[in-house]
Amino acid sequence: MFHWLEKNPFFFAVVVFLTIAFAGIVEILPSFAQQSRPVIGTKPYTTLELAGRHVYIKNSCNGCHSQLVRPFKSETDRYGDYSLSGEYAYDRPFLWGSKRTGPDLWRVGNYRTTDWHENHMKDPIAVVPGSIMPAYPWMYTNIADIDTAFAEQLTVAQFFSVPYNKPVPMKDGSTVIVKMGKSVADAHSLALAEAKLIVADMKDQDVKDAVANGQIPEIVAIIAYMNSLK
Amino acid sequence: MENRPLEYDYTVAKMFMFTTIVLGIVGMLVGVILAFQLAFPVLNGSDLAIAEYINYSRLRPLHTDAVIFGFTLSGIFSTWYYVGQRVLKVSMAESSFLMFIGKLHFWLYLVGVVAVVVTLLMGITTSKEYAEFEWPIDIAIVVVWILFGLSIFGLIGIRREKSLYISIWYYIATFLGIAMLYLFNNMAIPTIMGVAADGTSGIGAWYHSVSMYAGTNDALVQWWYGHNAVAFGFTVPIVAMIYYFLPKESGQAIYSYKLSLLSFWGLMFIYIWAGGHHLLFSTVPDWIQTMGSIFSVILILPSWGSAINMLLTMKGEWQQVAASPLIKFMILGSTFYIFSTLEGSIQAVKSVNAIAHFTDWVVGHVHDGTLGWVGFMIMAALYHMAPRVFKREIYSKSLMAIQFWIQTVGVVLYFTSMWIAGITQGMMWRAHDEFGNLAYSFIDTVTVLEPYYIIRGVGGLLYLVGFLMFAYNIYKTMSARPVKESELQSASPMGA
Repeated sequence: MFHWLEKNPFFFAVVVFLTIAFAGIVEILPSFAQQSRPVIGTKPYTTLELAGRHVYIKNSCNGCHSQLVRPFKSETDRYGDYSLSGEYAYDRPFLWGSKRTGPDLWRVGNYRTTDWHENHMKDPIAVVPGSIMPAYPWMYTNIADIDTAFAEQLTVAQFFSVPYNKPVPMKDGSTVIVKMGKSVADAHSLALAEAKLIVADMKDQDVKDAVANGQIPEIVAIIAYMNSLK
Repeated sequence: MENRPLEYDYTVAKMFMFTTIVLGIVGMLVGVILAFQLAFPVLNGSDLAIAEYINYSRLRPLHTDAVIFGFTLSGIFSTWYYVGQRVLKVSMAESSFLMFIGKLHFWLYLVGVVAVVVTLLMGITTSKEYAEFEWPIDIAIVVVWILFGLSIFGLIGIRREKSLYISIWYYIATFLGIAMLYLFNNMAIPTIMGVAADGTSGIGAWYHSVSMYAGTNDALVQWWYGHNAVAFGFTVPIVAMIYYFLPKESGQAIYSYKLSLLSFWGLMFIYIWAGGHHLLFSTVPDWIQTMGSIFSVILILPSWGSAINMLLTMKGEWQQVAASPLIKFMILGSTFYIFSTLEGSIQAVKSVNAIAHFTDWVVGHVHDGTLGWVGFMIMAALYHMAPRVFKREIYSKSLMAIQFWIQTVGVVLYFTSMWIAGITQGMMWRAHDEFGNLAYSFIDTVTVLEPYYIIRGVGGLLYLVGFLMFAYNIYKTMSARPVKESELQSASPMGA
């Protein structure tokens, strides 16, 4: 059979393809739908949080920070509860990372504050002596891309039925509604309202002034995202 | 006519040799910079106006993509346009169509490379490892890949040698495997398709997209891709190369056809399963994790099958290893392959993975495979090709020998330091004191690594220096006065 295949490239390619494809079909297909169901208490990202998530991705934070707490005592002691599949239901893309040059961030919102992030992103070594993380001064001047974040909200709501403007069940039995703008201007005002809450805890005057003038620097967005991770 | 040997046309092979060398230098240089940025964070240049574009965050994806899609892929293409003609016994010059496809393949690839470098430095990325490119570039990459496929099957279509040599099997598998993986992993919806309640559409950055898969599913698809991009980019095509170049260079026939059969089909079937070992202790279903572990261990069989076939090909001819630096590269490459596949399987065992995952040990594993196996093999292939392609003798064999030892020392420094760093950090993360509290804060486990980061940087630097010697040697070879009228004649791996 092998000799025959080696003389018939078309059938050779077909057999190779089937051999390669087999594992993927068996592994990926069966649990696809089940894994993407959210657990109670998981809600979609707001416009500002999503813009912050884009800043996180833009600077490849996932190159050094994981977002996956493994079920070991040493990890739950350090980072909090281990991760559940449904908690990631609104993560497109997933940001688990593959390397912990810095600590895990999946529940960083539980133990770091706006103030801490503001100082740390500007000068990591001043906050954590011995840190090898670079400083991110440009995040204090670059303006976050709210338009694209809004476009992504619209896209996931349309194509994947992500529940924006709908009640989402919380752990305590209550429900919350994550609002999505009706227009670009609406999305901007929603993001700005959220940004104002963040900058109330910040000290950088330029950032405060920018938000007062209706512009949202990247640092505000990424802090909103960091605070949402809990 | 019939008695005259075929004159092969290496135009496209030469073009891709050029990008192999240039992108190799770029990718490895960026890697060395990153290594020293980890050892000395001041090198991130935070005070500079261009800090955004030269700090670790932006350079890291550029390094991985430059060495994978730049250096390695160019090497694969270059050797294909050399090996393909020779084992199929047909010249590119015989088909103006295939020649056109080959050149188009190269130029579109070059456009893609430029687009990738620019967008990654700007921070335009999907964040998925080795699949960072946004959808417009993905589409371009698919076109480049289709051209590669056209070239493979086109050349096969007009071949004179009816039976496909082992290398061709592996090139076909490379094409099919990457095509399947890349397409499915990069499925995304451009966000300009989102329509607001007031009817506005086309909002935000036109190139931005959102993954078709969410959370755990996205992770599963990504590591199904990520692990097997290594399989079909760093293993399969490199095995294709060694099956051709080692017998050619040594004048020895392949040791065992049956072993090559077993290794090929075994590798095809088993490799994909092993992707789950990137997701041990994550939220993907337990059975997938277990399958990932088990198949990773089974993977030793076909991997070692190929490597042992190579080593046994040298049976009775071991003096060649001492005499020829080119054979040294290939034999040490095979040895690193054996070693790296064993290491990978060990790391895939759940209890080991609990310590190794997220640490520098994984980085070390990747690099003993890529530097020791992929890098050595591609350089050996290009060294073998250079005299035949340029019709000139290699400029300096002693430079080649020095390069071999410098790079070998570099690789050894790299992986030993990363072993120690990884296991140290993994053990410190999990250490508890006598009261059951964590023994170390996270920063303790970072500062302890500094000496190993420095040693790794030095190892990487040595490898880069060796690569520059390689580039210089090839440059001097191609720019020398021609000394050969026709190409060198050696035994064929076909035994013909």
